[in-house]
Amino acid sequence: MDTESQYSGYSYKSGHSRSSRKHRDRRDRHRSKSRDGSRGDKSVTIQAPGEPLLDNESTRGDERDDNWGETTTVVTGTSEHSISHDDLTRIAKDMEDSVPLDCSRHLGVAAGATLALLSFLTPLAFLLLPPLLWREELEPCGTACEGLFISVAFKLLILLLGSWALFFRRPKASLPRVFVLRALLMVLVFLLVVSYWLFYGVRILDARERSYQGVVQFAVSLVDALLFVHYLAVVLLELRQLQPQFTLKVVRSTDGASRFYNVGHLRYGRRMAQGKDLSGRRMGFSIAGPALRRVGSLRVAVWILEKYYHDFPVYNPALLNLPKSVLAKKVSGFKVYSLGEENSTNNSTGQSRAVIAAAARRRDNSHNEYYYEEAEHERRVRKRRARLVVAVEEAFTHIKRLQEEEQKNPREVMDPREAAQAIFASMARAMQKYLRTTKQQPYHTMESILQHLEFCITHDMTPKAFLERYLAAGPTIQYHKERWLAKQWTLVSEEPVTNGLKDGIVFLLKRQDFSLVVSTKKVPFFKLSEEFVDPKSHKFVMRLQSETSV
Amino acid sequence: IGEPVPPQRVEIHKLRQGENLILGFSIGGGIDQDPSQNPFSEDKTDKGIYVTRVSEGGPAEIAGLQIGDKIMQVNGWDMTMVTHDQARKRLTKRSEEVVRLLVTRQSLQKAVQQSMLS
Repeated sequence: MDTESQYSGYSYKSGHSRSSRKHRDRRDRHRSKSRDGSRGDKSVTIQAPGEPLLDNESTRGDERDDNWGETTTVVTGTSEHSISHDDLTRIAKDMEDSVPLDCSRHLGVAAGATLALLSFLTPLAFLLLPPLLWREELEPCGTACEGLFISVAFKLLILLLGSWALFFRRPKASLPRVFVLRALLMVLVFLLVVSYWLFYGVRILDARERSYQGVVQFAVSLVDALLFVHYLAVVLLELRQLQPQFTLKVVRSTDGASRFYNVGHLRYGRRMAQGKDLSGRRMGFSIAGPALRRVGSLRVAVWILEKYYHDFPVYNPALLNLPKSVLAKKVSGFKVYSLGEENSTNNSTGQSRAVIAAAARRRDNSHNEYYYEEAEHERRVRKRRARLVVAVEEAFTHIKRLQEEEQKNPREVMDPREAAQAIFASMARAMQKYLRTTKQQPYHTMESILQHLEFCITHDMTPKAFLERYLAAGPTIQYHKERWLAKQWTLVSEEPVTNGLKDGIVFLLKRQDFSLVVSTKKVPFFKLSEEFVDPKSHKFVMRLQSETSV
Repeated sequence: IGEPVPPQRVEIHKLRQGENLILGFSIGGGIDQDPSQNPFSEDKTDKGIYVTRVSEGGPAEIAGLQIGDKIMQVNGWDMTMVTHDQARKRLTKRSEEVVRLLVTRQSLQKAVQQSMLS
């Protein structure tokens, strides 16, 4: 239920009138509302048609209306719960609208497939036609031909395997390749095959070429050319993207955790695609920018998300804000009275500015409070940590692995689960207190701790290894599935992205509670010069500064 | 910085202290020394002989020699391209009781020294 994503088909429409878009926005907003209601973790929404409800999506929709093309977020996908009749009709309408785009996508794939099939069968046709058509006139060809036959067979096999590996795989995010390069390659193959057929038709079929060896060599040359085209495809589609060209800085908006990554020529742009997230379920992507008809891939976004899940420490909402005691003082009231006309819009900004300025000028010692609070918290955490470590160490001394030659009463022999349960009691309290102090307790249930303990006991891990999981916040992937299973990620970008990463692009990957801000920078161009240093040239002298008195 | 000060002629009468004739100042520099360590020179590649210390009440101070002065000549002998030891020898010749020095000093330096001494 958590991994559903929402379907919306209007994103690719561009150039429609604003009023109809507004209508569509609104209509879409309450379709999304019905999804929200069923998800159950966010607000409960009760909608009446035509009423926009306030949550992030709806506010974004307002912005969309005002600044057309600034940020649009659309989510795609399917959901499995019940929908109202209105929704059904709306979806049906949108389905019809979306058919052309799907058609074009499938068309491309189909064209590529037929071309590949054609080019694969062509050499075979070249080889088979002469014996079929003019067998009597054909000169028999000896061992050279047989060698050529074998080479043709193997080369075709290699081509088959290579094409399968390159073009027909299902990566985790099954996104189509670079569109332009693919088209270029298809055109190249098409031209190649057509020209070969032309020559074949004129020189061999019409002239009824007698020497079969020549025909075979002709076919072999075609297969070689196809192999070279395949090599070109590998270089263009794979290798070109490997060289790092850009550095991405990914910052989490809530707590500033940041990482730097190097990427090659990848696309991050916009597409109505279905990506697969790490657990193989369908993940909804959204699109940004106007002119959404253009097909790009979300490769960089997916790649970044993968890295996010295993590099960034888990998002802990409890650790975000300053403790209330520090901030509470700030909320002392400055009352602002407005004299004169009641122009509310003017006054509100003026009022808030006045309040802020006055508060800033006032001498307050909240930084002091913050510092002492922090120090106190540190001390508390360290104390609890020490208690925990000691408790765990002691607990682990109570059990040991049963050696083969020892004879023990069957009642005393335990399996790992029982052993874990036996020693858990002595460290439970210390563990609980520690987790509560570091605000990690939502991430570790008692069951999970027991399981981890059992795991560590089974593999002969030391107490320190057992504690490694709790003493530091790990990456999101470490915790239970419900925590990190991707729900909805939204790609938001201000610029209309057409062809991929450029220097200075900033885009957002949004979740409900936080977002990842990604900014790109081009890797600088290094100019390296060489200098040869003769080892004999290292010579030194003493520094003399004598001072003589006369 | 002001106008450059023209070279001064300083005449020092050596003081007899037991066996030795002393002049009451210390020198630093020389072509065999490291010129970048010289705190008094304007040009840090200058390998000339500089006065690094003037003892109080000594003959040099009485004669008007100041710290930071560059010694160009001693009794007509050139001091701008000599080693440290050669310079010492030329200043401490037992046969001479009076040495006449040609010194230059930087005018800014003079102002700084004066402010330091006062």
